[in-house]
Amino acid sequence: MKRYSVFAVARQALSNHQGWERAWRNATPKKRYDVVIVGAGGHGLATAYYLGKNFGITNVAVIEKGWLGGGNTGRNTTIIRSNYLQDPSAAIYEKSRSLYETMSQDLNYNVMYSPRGVLMLAQTEHEVRGYRRTANANALQGVDTEFVSPKRVKEIVPIINLDGPRYPVLGGLWQARAGTARHDAVAWGYARACSDMGIDIIQKCEVTGVRRDGDRVTGVDTTKGQIDCDKLGILVAGHSGHLAGMAGFRLPIESVALQALVSEPIKPIMDCVVMANTVHGYMSQSDKGEMVIGGGADGYNNYTQRGSFHHIEETVRALVETFPMVSRLKMLRQWGGIVDMTGDRSPILSKTPVEGVFINCGWGTGGFKAIPGSGWGFAELMARGTSPLCDEFSLGRFREGRFIDESVAAGVAH
Amino acid sequence: MLTIQCPHCGVQAEETELSPGGEAHLSRFGPGSEDQDFEAYLFFRENPKGVHFERWRHVHGCGKWFHAARCTVTMEVFGTYSAQTTEPPKALRDKISEKRPGWTWRDIA
Ligand SMILES: Cc1cc2nc3c(=O)[nH]c(=O)nc-3n(C[C@H](O)[C@H](O)[C@H](O)COP(=O)(O)OP(=O)(O)OC[C@H]3O[C@@H](n4cnc5c(N)ncnc54)[C@H](O)[C@@H]3O)c2cc1C
Ligand SMILES: [Zn+2]
Repeated sequence: MKRYSVFAVARQALSNHQGWERAWRNATPKKRYDVVIVGAGGHGLATAYYLGKNFGITNVAVIEKGWLGGGNTGRNTTIIRSNYLQDPSAAIYEKSRSLYETMSQDLNYNVMYSPRGVLMLAQTEHEVRGYRRTANANALQGVDTEFVSPKRVKEIVPIINLDGPRYPVLGGLWQARAGTARHDAVAWGYARACSDMGIDIIQKCEVTGVRRDGDRVTGVDTTKGQIDCDKLGILVAGHSGHLAGMAGFRLPIESVALQALVSEPIKPIMDCVVMANTVHGYMSQSDKGEMVIGGGADGYNNYTQRGSFHHIEETVRALVETFPMVSRLKMLRQWGGIVDMTGDRSPILSKTPVEGVFINCGWGTGGFKAIPGSGWGFAELMARGTSPLCDEFSLGRFREGRFIDESVAAGVAH
Repeated sequence: MLTIQCPHCGVQAEETELSPGGEAHLSRFGPGSEDQDFEAYLFFRENPKGVHFERWRHVHGCGKWFHAARCTVTMEVFGTYSAQTTEPPKALRDKISEKRPGWTWRDIA
């Protein structure tokens, strides 16, 4: 792999940029791999990367039915934060946030990580108490957050309307080190680094069945033929239940649509991310100047990557209350992704009833921020059978009642 | 926009008039049951990529609960029926099998 650098750009400028090599190889599948990963989203690619980097396991294939990064990884609103309530969440999300800080250097790929700060508004007494509690929990966990007053909120976000028609702003949970990154670049950067280590990324190849010998996995059936493996990692977000069905077990997961939209580009008006969870909307400004907007998920099972229009209406209404100036904006694009929701709104990183099959899913509306931390922990789980970052997130927690309850903390949990 | 006909009042309701209530026909387990049955009742869902039986409430209409059969891939609503039953009516099951060759009731559970 030729490294990207300012010198490389200068050299290429002399040859009209004709000399850039492909960022990753388009591999044809081998007959057998040590590890097969299903799903080339951020989580699948990061897992493959850390299997290679941290454990020297590079006889790995990442199999993707569409194009890499074309699932939720390329559809999300890129909020990165780690101000969760429970200890296991703080551990994995904070690990992830800290890996984002050095990701561009680590991958030699600019992921445009921008620690611009995330502000979660408290607009009811209940939320004030909730976020004060989260700030206290974060202090104990070593996650740097603070509860701020309405006056400070207005300083951070001058365009905000503190006395909304329904819910005045009573304060906010501020994480200054949180932020955003370029979602596609995260997938592309990991893919390039994986390919460089000899890991095969096989696109336009759908897994259609899981092959077993008794209780052990032996491989997968795909649209490009049978591929054998010792270990299988399933990281397919909204399709997790579908893949688990192929392997012969069930999951505590439901798949629903989540949408986002962007406005026309405008001059800089807001240099952080603001989430208003009571009224159900959040917003940030991209480097291009578009306002990036999201809201709540749909309420019913859906595999179509399209959501209901009334949710968009609801989201926009919430933002007009919070930032009256956005009422003049034209919206440019709107899209949806299928997110995998668990009952406690926490992910599952776990062994499964089938030996050799590992599942990483349930990130729901908030797994972009978790990509590096999840890949780091899940690679360890797949390589060693146990991982301090993942063990609390096992499938068994639902039977044992060890929930990692993040649903009370946030209505919109991105 | 999803529209579903309420079997109680006959209104072709638009989705903002309705409130989704999750998977229908769950087997209920309570105190004294086996851990795995209780877990399955509380958390495990079919979540099919295809035919889904689900509960809806006509919340801004007659207020009553009912069941619907819907495809989660095409959004086609195959039919609706009373919630006072433990399985979908045979006529509806036959209709779905005709539209989705190979589909049978409860081939997963
Ligand atoms: C609108 C929206 C906004 C969001 N906003 C945020 C946010 O601000 N912050 C945040 O942290 N998170 C956010 N999320 C959540 C985040 O996008 C996801 O949690 C995360 O991207 C999941 O990554 P993944 O790699 O698990 O899944 P994906 O990126 O969806 O990748 C899974 C891949 O598996 C492939 N696949 C599926 N079935 C098969 C098969 N049978 N064979 C082969 N391949 C298969 C798919 O094609 C897909 O590419 C948002 C999500 C959406 C939809
Ligand atoms: Zn009715």
